[in-house]
Amino acid sequence: MKSCLIVDDSKVIRMVAKKILQELHFETQEAEDGKVALDLCRRQLPTAVLLDWNMPVMNGMEFMREMRALPGGKNVIVVFCTTENDISHIQEAMEAGADEYIMKPFDSEILQAKFQQVGLLED
Amino acid sequence: MKPEDFDYIAKTLKDKSGLVLTKDKSYLLESRLMPLARKRGFKGLDDLIAQLRRRDLALEKEITEAMTTNESFFFRDSKPFDQFRQVVLPNLLRTRASRRSFRIWCAAASSGQEPYSLGMILKEEAARLAGWRFEIVGTDLSSDILRKARTGLYSQFEVQRGMPMQLLVKYFKKKDDMWEIDQGVRSLVQYKEWNLLDDLRPLGQFDVVYCRNVLIYFDQPTKAQVLEAIAKQMTDDGVLYLGGAETVLGVTNAFKPIPGQRGVYAVARGTDVKSLGEET
Repeated sequence: MKSCLIVDDSKVIRMVAKKILQELHFETQEAEDGKVALDLCRRQLPTAVLLDWNMPVMNGMEFMREMRALPGGKNVIVVFCTTENDISHIQEAMEAGADEYIMKPFDSEILQAKFQQVGLLED
Repeated sequence: MKPEDFDYIAKTLKDKSGLVLTKDKSYLLESRLMPLARKRGFKGLDDLIAQLRRRDLALEKEITEAMTTNESFFFRDSKPFDQFRQVVLPNLLRTRASRRSFRIWCAAASSGQEPYSLGMILKEEAARLAGWRFEIVGTDLSSDILRKARTGLYSQFEVQRGMPMQLLVKYFKKKDDMWEIDQGVRSLVQYKEWNLLDDLRPLGQFDVVYCRNVLIYFDQPTKAQVLEAIAKQMTDDGVLYLGGAETVLGVTNAFKPIPGQRGVYAVARGTDVKSLGEET
């Protein structure tokens, strides 16, 4: 079963994303900031990470860099999911190694489409 | 709604656009025609239908447009676009090397996502296409939806459905709350209001036709009529893309499936489909 780590400081966003991902048959884990997420990744890397940008303690960008440096971290599919929705932020995430980018607000259709795009789901 | 009113609207739709409205879809009439009734200053659907019965041709057109489904998104289903880029385009570059030109037709262009997706692919292949002339023609029954297509403006929701972020960054810019597609991509597409039941000959000949998720709304004879008319507008080695739930099989012999490529068809009067099929 594919797994997805949902990293977001908003409990509501984590709940919504969890519900959608479970309907798409993903095993999910949650973290409220990058540091907690990184600790979880050190124990076991997920197939994918749905990642917020602005979070306390460790933000999404810092988390992604650290997670990518872990053994096998380069294989994890990272989909940013954030309210930062201008071109410069998308470009920055792309250059830092994100696989895709979702602008909040999102719904199940967008999440599903993006996960299809990066090969996590069949068309 | 009275059964005779439903039948009258269903017949109008069928005659004007080929669209088949079955009784189980009668709920659509209310949800889609009430806004039109209000816009026209009618109290309800009864008044709207009474006006329609007076042979109000402008209203016939507005009703047809309101009942047409315009769902579209960028790189919809991805495979028809991957296949075009990986198989059909290289084939066109080889077979059209002497004339260095080709034409693509999006027969139900809707709000423009399909023709612009192809436009972005062609932009991405600019180096191989240097010195080539190509044209994307987008047609649709609805003038309103083509107006939107021409603006090249999409909501955040629309640009997220199917659009890889690399292409979003490269070919769009933010304009207030909307995303505007690059003028270079927009200039590749020419839009025309066209009914697929009308004479298609003025549109000219095409090398590639996308006619996706349109036939599902037609009955069998209309499907056959439209497919046969499209085939006549295609080069002998032309390629047709249909939607995932559509097929030519059992409908017409004007096209034949390309082996291993679901939803992709070759003009039957042509001969060589092997080069477009999967290698075995």
